[in-house]
Amino acid sequence: MSFLPNTELDRAEMLEALGLESVEQLFDRAVPPSIPRSRPGLPNAMSEMEVQKRLEELGRRNCDSGRALSFLGAGAYEHFIPAAVRTIVSRGEFATCYTPYQAEVSQGTLQAAFEFQTMIAELTGMEVANASLYDGASALAEAALMAMRLTRRRKILVSGAVHPHHIRVLETYTSGVGADLHFLPAHEGVTGADRIAERADSDAAAVIIQNPNFFGCIEDLDEAASAAKGAGALFVVSANPISLGILKDPGSAGADIVVGEGQPLGIPLSFGGPYLGFMATRQDYVRQMPGRLIGMARDNRGRRGFVMTLQAREQHIRREKATSNICTNEALAALTAAVYLALVGPEGLRRIALLNLDASRRLSAPLSSLPGCSLRFSRPFFNEFVLKLPRRAEEVARMLVQKGIIGGLPLGRCFPDMSDCVLVCATETKTQPDLDRFALSLEEVLGM
Amino acid sequence: MMGPLIFEKSRKGSIGVSLPQPSEGEGAKALVSEHLLRSTPPHLPEVSEPEVVRHYTRLSRLNQAVDTTFYPLGSCTMKYNPKAADEAAAMPGFSAVHPLAPEETCQGWLEILGRTEEMLCELCGVSRFSFQPAAGAQGELCGLLMAGAYHRDRGDERKRVIVPDSAHGTNPASASLAGFDVTTAPSNSRGRIDLAALRSRLDSSTAALMVTNPNTLGLFEDEILEVASLVHEVGGLLYYDGANLNALVGRFRPGDMGFDIVQLNLHKTFAAPHGGGGPGSGPVGVKAELEPYLPVPLLERREDGWFWNWDRPRSIGKLTCFTGNSLVVLRAYVYLCLMGAAGLARASGDAVLNANYLLQGLSEAYDVRYPGPCMHEFVLSAARLKSKGVRAWDIAKRLIDYGFHPPTVHFPLIVPEAIMIEPTETESKATLDAFADTLIHIAREAEQEPELLLSAPHNTPVGRLDETEAARHPVLRWKPGEVPND
Repeated sequence: MSFLPNTELDRAEMLEALGLESVEQLFDRAVPPSIPRSRPGLPNAMSEMEVQKRLEELGRRNCDSGRALSFLGAGAYEHFIPAAVRTIVSRGEFATCYTPYQAEVSQGTLQAAFEFQTMIAELTGMEVANASLYDGASALAEAALMAMRLTRRRKILVSGAVHPHHIRVLETYTSGVGADLHFLPAHEGVTGADRIAERADSDAAAVIIQNPNFFGCIEDLDEAASAAKGAGALFVVSANPISLGILKDPGSAGADIVVGEGQPLGIPLSFGGPYLGFMATRQDYVRQMPGRLIGMARDNRGRRGFVMTLQAREQHIRREKATSNICTNEALAALTAAVYLALVGPEGLRRIALLNLDASRRLSAPLSSLPGCSLRFSRPFFNEFVLKLPRRAEEVARMLVQKGIIGGLPLGRCFPDMSDCVLVCATETKTQPDLDRFALSLEEVLGM
Repeated sequence: MMGPLIFEKSRKGSIGVSLPQPSEGEGAKALVSEHLLRSTPPHLPEVSEPEVVRHYTRLSRLNQAVDTTFYPLGSCTMKYNPKAADEAAAMPGFSAVHPLAPEETCQGWLEILGRTEEMLCELCGVSRFSFQPAAGAQGELCGLLMAGAYHRDRGDERKRVIVPDSAHGTNPASASLAGFDVTTAPSNSRGRIDLAALRSRLDSSTAALMVTNPNTLGLFEDEILEVASLVHEVGGLLYYDGANLNALVGRFRPGDMGFDIVQLNLHKTFAAPHGGGGPGSGPVGVKAELEPYLPVPLLERREDGWFWNWDRPRSIGKLTCFTGNSLVVLRAYVYLCLMGAAGLARASGDAVLNANYLLQGLSEAYDVRYPGPCMHEFVLSAARLKSKGVRAWDIAKRLIDYGFHPPTVHFPLIVPEAIMIEPTETESKATLDAFADTLIHIAREAEQEPELLLSAPHNTPVGRLDETEAARHPVLRWKPGEVPND
């Protein structure tokens, strides 16, 4: 067994030192005979070569981005990932260590996390950010819980244009603590400030919106913020980090908590994870923040270093009174995002955001001019948009797969009244021939 | 030596990526009204690719990791992570697949999730697993919400979760987030759950008892069958925290001990790397009567292949946006294929043998509050050195000078000056001997020259950091001109 370094001789010597004849004897002393001994019916061990062959075969049964042209977005985005990102994050010194409880031998992880926190604070326009949460959905739920702690109120107003899975996670996370969730139905693809003002009252802990929202539309953060603040509620924004290369940073619109899914920042689609939840807020709120925080410190010789700080918020100290139960987070994904952001810098991020804006327009124009097709909403969008089809979207999607195209997400499962709509995404990864091919294939499918 | 922050290397006009030019040059303002746009760019660093690579490579070398060092961090199972799994996770056939891909385009992925689930069910003695929770603590939340839903469905609103005093902090924190009141159950003089004390805390308000077995003292809860029947007698559920499954895997099954809900940590037992604090994966498995409450969607199979079932009206909902940390599940799949049933039993055997051998070697130099045999880990007490002004923390720091990552210290809370050591099966006898010699030597140093421990570590990029001051005046980010360099 190649991962087990002890030889039979080692084992024999160790057993002898313990005065035992077999490992089974050891278990027999520790585990009473009433506990059933099990011989699990697992397949026999395979060699590394055999496993590799099986993986290649299974991998071929997936349509990765090299095999099918995908226009799926809806919370997970295909972006170009510079090669240097993987070079760094696959280093064993980063990948095979754990939570930096021992700061002196973890300065690499700690400094990188401190840099990540700074980058997220800068991107979102906020004062401070934490070292990561699981994903965008659970980060949104944690933001709601944090707002409840800060305001001592229970009512959460959520835009109906927030990702429906994020809403589901929010419902699940808050089901135990008795939050009072209210939904603000989207109108013409966006959350109207008048609707927020109508529903936000002195019981409201938070108003939560997503930007760009689930339908791809860009929300007016200033209007939403003033409607939320009018009622004394915290304004929570879930933001797509790539869009922040050009779109208004929520901090400058007055957001109190900004969360989001960090996957677009150099993290592969990975069939759903590991992804990266991020959270940023005001310095004043930091003691109610969930998750790890890395702070600067001085050592016993006055030198700069980094430590986990404000740990009195966390479960290993506060137990049932902690701000969150999170322990293991997504540190390596946060490192990935930090390396990505260091490589692209402010100018690269701006250009990537512009390329997205541009690609989605070069796709929406030909698609929406096909017979029976139209843009469902007329609002400005970032890198995805809702296309209304003359037929059931599920059926069209299936026919497109036959042509090697994954043509976006049919919306009927989450929005039964939109079963003829599909959410289509085009990022910087899509070339003009790719966009032309989609338009042509959709035309053929609709003509069938 | 520490060096500059990436921000301190920034020079206006540098960039580390080559990108196509945006076409036409219409710019954002022509497409989106100005009040929706950003007015000032973020202060991200401006650095070239070689500078970025050198910066982070240098940072990586400031870390100790399993790939570089013996890392006996108790209760974290810092075992070796097979490189074949890294290679699998990097294959585009897995990494470049969208989580909402139509099922007919991702049957390879679904097969991996399905087969891994089957193997974990077999290993744990439960009927279904969900891979949705992203880490152990989220799995705890998931399992406890399911326990609540199970009782509610029986017209029974149960408000109490019982947690042993040796439990990880996540247990009470998760119970509290799931809306339960937390009651602590004390350990007895043998370091196991005290049955009489447990009995007095159990009643019809008990939703669940959370048990880590082996517990955080590294001891098998040898009265677990009695514990299970006491909990079941009052209609409660028994929850398995899988933090320490590495001692049992391939030999004993939580399901056979009466556990109803089983939460695993794939990044521990199933050898996925810990990533400096994550990602993890915290699948939750259940006996048949709890299946209806598993998160949506649930993987199912019919004649034409695997599919996601969203139509589950009694589900507790969702924990993560998609279906969890799939690449970590893939790594576990690779590990399971490479090990097979016999390999897993051999691994848990070596994990337990290594721990007992090391415990024996250290049991004179340090106090053993709860005698063995231990399982995959054990807890020493350094209380006798306290008279020299030396704490467990100082021993940990001195180990760094000798090239070892420290064990977990000052946990579990019920042992004074606790040193919790988990060698894992992927260490050799030679490493264990060297480690034991060093810890014995350090105990001697503590008697003779305690200052050596109190000032340790001596050869690290930074010495001991002032955590109190860091928490009193938190500096959580760099700002131009505000964070002084060395």
